[in-house]
Amino acid sequence: MAFDETKTEGFKVVGTRPNRPDGIDKVTGRARFGADATAPGMLHGVIVRSPHAHARILKIDTSEAEAMKGVHAVVTRADFATGLTGENWNILENVMAGETALYDGHAVVAIAATSSLAARDAAKAIVVDYEVLPHVTDVDKAMAEGAPVIREGAADKSVPAGLHPNVVRYHESGHGDVETGFAEADLVIEDSFRTEATHQGYIEPHACLAQLGNDGRGEIWCCTQGHWNVQKVCAALLGIETSKLRVTASEIGGGFGGKTAVFIEPVALALSLKANRPVKIVMTRSECFRATGPTSSTSMDVKIGMKKDGTITAAKGVFRLQGGAFPGAPMEFTAMCAFAPYNLANVSQIGFDVMSNRPKQAAYRAPGSPMAAFAVESVIDELCEQLGLDRIETRLKNASKEGTKASFGPTWDRIGLVECLEAAKAHPHYTAPLKPGQGRGISCGFWFNHGGETAVQMALSEDGTVQLSVGTPDIGGSRASMAQMAAEELGIPYENVRTTIADTATLGYNEISHGSRVTYASGLATIEAARDTIRKLCKRAAAKWGIDEEAVSWVDGCAVPSGPNAGDFDPLPIARIAKSMGRTGGPIVGHYEATPEGAGVSFATHIVDAEVDPETGSTRVVRYTVVQDAGKAIHPTYVEGQYQGGAAQGIGWALNEEYIYGADGRLQNAGFLDYRIPVASDLPMIDTVIVEVPNPGHPYGVRGVGETSICPPLAAIANAVSAAAGVRLHELPMSPPRILAALEKQAAG
Amino acid sequence: MYKPLVKVHLWSGLRSLADGAEAVEVRAATIGQMLDALVAAHPGLADAVEAGVSVSVDGKIYAQNLTEPVAEDSEVYLLQRIKGG
Repeated sequence: MAFDETKTEGFKVVGTRPNRPDGIDKVTGRARFGADATAPGMLHGVIVRSPHAHARILKIDTSEAEAMKGVHAVVTRADFATGLTGENWNILENVMAGETALYDGHAVVAIAATSSLAARDAAKAIVVDYEVLPHVTDVDKAMAEGAPVIREGAADKSVPAGLHPNVVRYHESGHGDVETGFAEADLVIEDSFRTEATHQGYIEPHACLAQLGNDGRGEIWCCTQGHWNVQKVCAALLGIETSKLRVTASEIGGGFGGKTAVFIEPVALALSLKANRPVKIVMTRSECFRATGPTSSTSMDVKIGMKKDGTITAAKGVFRLQGGAFPGAPMEFTAMCAFAPYNLANVSQIGFDVMSNRPKQAAYRAPGSPMAAFAVESVIDELCEQLGLDRIETRLKNASKEGTKASFGPTWDRIGLVECLEAAKAHPHYTAPLKPGQGRGISCGFWFNHGGETAVQMALSEDGTVQLSVGTPDIGGSRASMAQMAAEELGIPYENVRTTIADTATLGYNEISHGSRVTYASGLATIEAARDTIRKLCKRAAAKWGIDEEAVSWVDGCAVPSGPNAGDFDPLPIARIAKSMGRTGGPIVGHYEATPEGAGVSFATHIVDAEVDPETGSTRVVRYTVVQDAGKAIHPTYVEGQYQGGAAQGIGWALNEEYIYGADGRLQNAGFLDYRIPVASDLPMIDTVIVEVPNPGHPYGVRGVGETSICPPLAAIANAVSAAAGVRLHELPMSPPRILAALEKQAAG
Repeated sequence: MYKPLVKVHLWSGLRSLADGAEAVEVRAATIGQMLDALVAAHPGLADAVEAGVSVSVDGKIYAQNLTEPVAEDSEVYLLQRIKGG
């Protein structure tokens, strides 16, 4: 049985829109999320957090709390592993502060009691003595001379000499000579931009139930984007062997990158070990804001030169990202994505990773890329405006395509930016008339996408149905798309495949559901596992018929002789082979374990219409169209949902969402009442166009779609709002006070 | 085993750790051998390589696979490690 390596047409299940397998569970409340886990004898854990932005921890007195009724355990940093280095040390320092609290909300001590109420009461009885230290939360101020040093010696060797110790990593890339390029331009525009930190805003707060015995064996149930990572990190932080921890991922109420990190699981394990009882921790919304990763905030300078015909002659960007009190702000991606949509002879991009007294940043959909697009696409928009050029034609003129050199170095493989721009240009939205007070913006965006370690198992049941086990938590409808790909290969109905997210004891290591990798990598692994299963099915048929395995083909869910020379046998359906498998060699199980490396990059173009009320500064997005290359849409409804979700989150990021810190360095708006994410009534219908330029690295051509959709919105909305307001906006969010200030500044000349 | 001479382009931030070179030539048949040879030739690159790099070979980005072959005429770029949300 041989397989075509790639398939781009003639699909029967792929490309259809079947019902989601978890739909009934979700709408009836049967689905079990992180906070739904319970165990006999379970305790409730509560974490005491620093009220200061930066403070030395002088003393922690838990005596009164420990004497209270119902209290079973208290843990501090002393209850975790010692001697950690690198990122494991950073994670531990974030999970439980050592000598110093580094931000408002930093965990300092935890307590477990028989009820949540008892735990909260006892937490209030814990006394922590602090010596308050100077703090800094702004990225530019954190880099400036005299800024308080978050941690001496945190910088790596990439940082040039002479920079402030809070600059901990540095990136520089590009090619050509930008100064020569700027000299060739008819118009050069240089501008500065800022964006505030935003939270991923998942509906379900972090939650876990953990159990760890004195024999060193434990279990965790938690909501996470990657339970193998939880297993690995927790084992390191507790100093136990990895395989002694079994981690099961619950249903997940949103992640968007924010659940790629570990926060409460090691604390629950430490409390459980001390109490010898299972411990459950559920974060409050306030804790999510104060202590789990928002995005980086940024400060950026962009300079672009353009000829009168729209040719970009040179581009330069400097991107400063603060990532909280730890290294890791994704400034290299900001730099590398910034000019990726354009074919540039002269380009330079520089990134700074800056520490400040804020929570440790975490990934948020295409980390770093949306901010870069905001700065770069705003300047391109301004160049088009001043040179009287069409926005899409100008982008098409400079667009990256197969064979051109990427701004970060390599030569592009097959990519779909031109197809996205052409589709946007042809869309009725682009030429629809605008009403007075409205403006239109467009933007391109880019994200790399990722493969990663992946293991899949496909077990045949005796009735010919299939149990597919994957290791990537379903954060975007992947159970449906996996079932579709399995059904496509096996030639069986979609409904005959049940996809389960397996625990860490069941499969080999699976990387986190991140990098838009799931439909690509777990999908590829599912297809290969199905092909492995088919080979085994054909072998059983060959044995039954007494012919060579190579003489058997798989067609529409049946084994059939490959041709007239193979013999004359009736097709043997999967159910018939499955029914007798116990007597013909045993269970039939297909596998695939690999690190797929062919994730295709993807581009998008967004069109936005916005209107601005000049009296109040209020802004409303009135029309929105997403055009994005999916490679191949396995379940188009889910792909459209990813496009719409990225646009919706982008609207919040662009218009309203921001972390607001007071002069005391404390977060002022740690709740959804004061941190305003868009609700349904804030959003227009978000139209979508799925472009399909197949990725040569996937059997069906799939590219990741989950992240690219959030790359263009900030810029597209900023361009629309700037056009509507008649003044260029340089800072996100474009909240009413900022718009009014920009209008007043313009009026004042 | 024959190891072709491969030209590896470095991102600008790495160049100071490789005597200012924009690209370094090393003998290697795979990505793993190429990274080892780079560090042997320029020990200053060890921390960056250890921290994790992605490698673009002829426009295809490899985040992890050390066994991927490289050839004399391959276009090879070191990139900072790709991850996502």
